Amino acid sequence: MTATSLTSTQGAGRAGDKVFSGATLAAGCLILAVLFGVALFLVVQAIPALTAPADKIQGGQGFFAYIWPIVIGTLIAAVIALVIATPIAIGVALFISHFAPRRLASGLGYVVDLLAAIPSVVYGAWGAAFLAKQISPAYGWLAANMGWLPIFGGPASTTGKTILTAGIVLAIMVLPIITSLSREIFLQTPKLHEEAALALGATRWEMIKMAVLPFARPGIISAIMLGLGRALGETMAVALVLSSGALTASLIQSGNQTIAAEIALNFPEASGLKVSTLIAAGLVLFVITLAVNMIARWVITRHKEFSGAN
Amino acid sequence: MTSTLTPVRSKRSALTKGQLPKYAPYAVLGAALIVGAAILALIGFNPFGWGVVSAILFAIGLVSWSAVVEGSRKAKDKLATCLVVGSFLVALLPLVSVIWTVLVNGIPGLLNPGFLTNSMNGVTGAFDNKAVESGGPVLGGIYHALLGTVQITLLATVISVPVGLLTAIYLVEYGHDGRLAKAITFFVDVMTGIPSIVAGLFAAAFFFVVVGPGTKTGAVAAVALSVLMIPVVVRSSEEMLKIVPNELREAAYALGVRKWRTILKVVIPTAISGIASGVTLAIARVIGETAPILVTAGFATSINTNVFGGWMASLPTFIYTQILNPTSPSNPDPSSQRAWGAALVLIILVMVLNLVARLVARIFAPKAGR
Repeated sequence: MTATSLTSTQGAGRAGDKVFSGATLAAGCLILAVLFGVALFLVVQAIPALTAPADKIQGGQGFFAYIWPIVIGTLIAAVIALVIATPIAIGVALFISHFAPRRLASGLGYVVDLLAAIPSVVYGAWGAAFLAKQISPAYGWLAANMGWLPIFGGPASTTGKTILTAGIVLAIMVLPIITSLSREIFLQTPKLHEEAALALGATRWEMIKMAVLPFARPGIISAIMLGLGRALGETMAVALVLSSGALTASLIQSGNQTIAAEIALNFPEASGLKVSTLIAAGLVLFVITLAVNMIARWVITRHKEFSGAN
Repeated sequence: MTSTLTPVRSKRSALTKGQLPKYAPYAVLGAALIVGAAILALIGFNPFGWGVVSAILFAIGLVSWSAVVEGSRKAKDKLATCLVVGSFLVALLPLVSVIWTVLVNGIPGLLNPGFLTNSMNGVTGAFDNKAVESGGPVLGGIYHALLGTVQITLLATVISVPVGLLTAIYLVEYGHDGRLAKAITFFVDVMTGIPSIVAGLFAAAFFFVVVGPGTKTGAVAAVALSVLMIPVVVRSSEEMLKIVPNELREAAYALGVRKWRTILKVVIPTAISGIASGVTLAIARVIGETAPILVTAGFATSINTNVFGGWMASLPTFIYTQILNPTSPSNPDPSSQRAWGAALVLIILVMVLNLVARLVARIFAPKAGR
């Protein structure tokens, strides 16, 4: 008897429970639907470009001939960014986790996070107005002295608006991502491993080499992958810094283009089939970054399960 | 007996033998600065080059001295320390340079009368030419862009916060680590990595299909920004809800409180400071996004207060168009002055939001006392 009266008086509460849990479930499903929708709507809008006759696409040789130079350009810019950013980011992360005085460490971490807070368009403006001018003499030197390498083939751009400059700006933008993720991993290194290494007489560097880096390797790899995802999709730094053109091997001439910048530069004025072409390019970019991010996340979760530390 | 005490009296005991003296780094630094200045004086002095050359000399000097006195292991340790500290200093360079460039170029634009209260409506290349050639005032301002940014970001926040917060609640309170919860967590992580321009294209494609081709309004941009904002809100709220102690929930259940009332009245109020600061950080992240707004809201030169109709300007797209397509192609200086002014305003906005997020987290944090 008491049981029924209890539940009956709480009837409104039970309805509230149902409504509330239903709302949270719906929100969760909405996110999955959005991600699915991103793919679906991009595909729907891209189909006209993929099925159109080759001579209607920009360049007149079909969608594939249009997309592959800018895919290569995107990869070049991202690889430059990672080659520059990775060693510096790992150094910064080690500095904050193991070298800086304890009291300063969190403040210094915040300073690096400030790098992530600056909007991408400001980086683009800075790269175009400041960095490109400052760095163009170095390109002249590279072309004169290292010109035998195809990537430094001359004549160098006099404005400095090259894919290498864009790659450097991208490197600055992915640096805080790689740094903050690697720092988290470095801090998770089991204290006992570190202390054991030090107790055996290892110097600080030997301790890091033997205890910290092996433990953190999967984490570093996934941090780099996430940085790669960011570098692939970053638009403004490239759109403002690079004076784009056809695919060239030389990094210090104007030329090359990335998918994201191509979309940003052409989409506002585009109409008709051009819109579909650009959306199809976006779809390609989406698939590439999705693959990179999913691999990175998979590495992280696998690492979590097998990490014996915690 | 006395003979055993003699080594202690010696200045360099057995313990410190084979080590560099304590003043070694300072001595090497001083020498490196002097030698660096001398080298730079020969090839033309500039402070940046002096810093770089001195840093390299410092590293070489300290490592080789250490290699001679302490042996190769200690020398390698010193080299690693130099590289790690050096990489931190290198990482600071762009930060300082960007902020300095924006300040130097942006302050003249910001101090222009009417910069914050005028739009670009009616400001043509002719005015800019006059400003450069005969020293007239640089007209035009960012009022329309500021207004657009505020409207688009507000609408994006209104969309993202309920969805993000409810999802976080589902993950923490109802998901029980089930298959759906795991899938949502995974895809939220993946969503964090969606390129911003793809989010913009998605919103554009969605509205092209639903409303009609060529639909570009502030609301489309807000949807695009929500796609970027929701995962950030979910992750930060989830972390905050997770650290609410289970005792609080159990105490509420023990008093016969329903689960949804427990969540609304106990769990969320406990975590509200962290949630609020997470939301503020998410706003700071999307307020500077350029690409998604560019492909969804276009760009306008006049004030548009209707989020649901017509093209709309925003601060990032204003900067972008003023640099790439100056109002007067022959005299781009006034445009770049306006762009840097807008960049300064944007950076100030982002920094203030970051600061507010930290303050909110600190001030409204629940008392830790037990």
